Amino acid sequence: MKAKIYISYKDGILDPQGQTIGHALDSIGIKKINSVRMGKYIEMEFNGISKDEASKITDESCRKLLANPNTETYKFELVEK
Amino acid sequence: MHFAVIVFPGSNCDHDAYHVFQHILDVPVDFVWHKENDLKKFDAILIPGGFSYGDYLRTGAIARFSPIMESVIKEAKAGKPVFGICNGFQILIESGLLPGALIINQAVRFLSQNVTLEVATTDSIYTKSLKRGQRLTMPIAHKQGNYIADEETLKMLADEDRVAFRYSKGKDGNPNGSMDRISGIMNEKRNVLGMMPHPERAAESVLGSEDGLEIFKSMMGIS
Repeated sequence: MKAKIYISYKDGILDPQGQTIGHALDSIGIKKINSVRMGKYIEMEFNGISKDEASKITDESCRKLLANPNTETYKFELVEK
Repeated sequence: MHFAVIVFPGSNCDHDAYHVFQHILDVPVDFVWHKENDLKKFDAILIPGGFSYGDYLRTGAIARFSPIMESVIKEAKAGKPVFGICNGFQILIESGLLPGALIINQAVRFLSQNVTLEVATTDSIYTKSLKRGQRLTMPIAHKQGNYIADEETLKMLADEDRVAFRYSKGKDGNPNGSMDRISGIMNEKRNVLGMMPHPERAAESVLGSEDGLEIFKSMMGIS
């Protein structure tokens, strides 16, 4: 079982890196992009546990460490390897 | 006043802080490795700057779970002075002792330069020997020092007079883009201070400024 975790800035939180990437895309001629937001992608692997348990562990990991609740939100999906 | 300087893997301003206490102010100071778990014998705790755990995940996010942090939080809640500088500020925010967040600088790059701060309140052990509005020059050296918080938190910090230092106004005044020009804040009890600029690197005239010393002297009750 694998957890695919996506962490992104909350709406309304300034993302200077995303803005800079957006400017760079514009300067190389890639247009019509409204905004760019940059986040993090994390994978975790599990062996021999149920999907339910993997979900609980992933959620706890996100809440306690992987995401900063002040600035970030997270979502994840669990897939068979 | 016996100071503890906490050392994490990747701390790099720990010796600067130790030098200020030991050789300039001549007060007792000990390094405390992050694996230790007892801070009872100390009167004040300093969390130094650097790149604890290589800034992996988020600045301060991993250090916050080091064994010593349990004691730091305990002592902070009991009212002992806990002073976080730069990465130390980031760790205090991650540990929940201070509100808000420190995100990447507006200019998206590492900034290493002198800044001018304004003392925003004298109602704390850190600033009681200073004057409100007094200007202090000291360096910043960080990539994630852009202070942000929601409106409610900013209002609370202002209403409760918990902003200790602000970057000065003007063109070069707020280099990282912090909200309300915030460069240092305190907790509700006013015993925990976090700031991005480095007073420990501005404690000798030979290094360009002695202004940082004022904050440490204030802590020790010397004016």
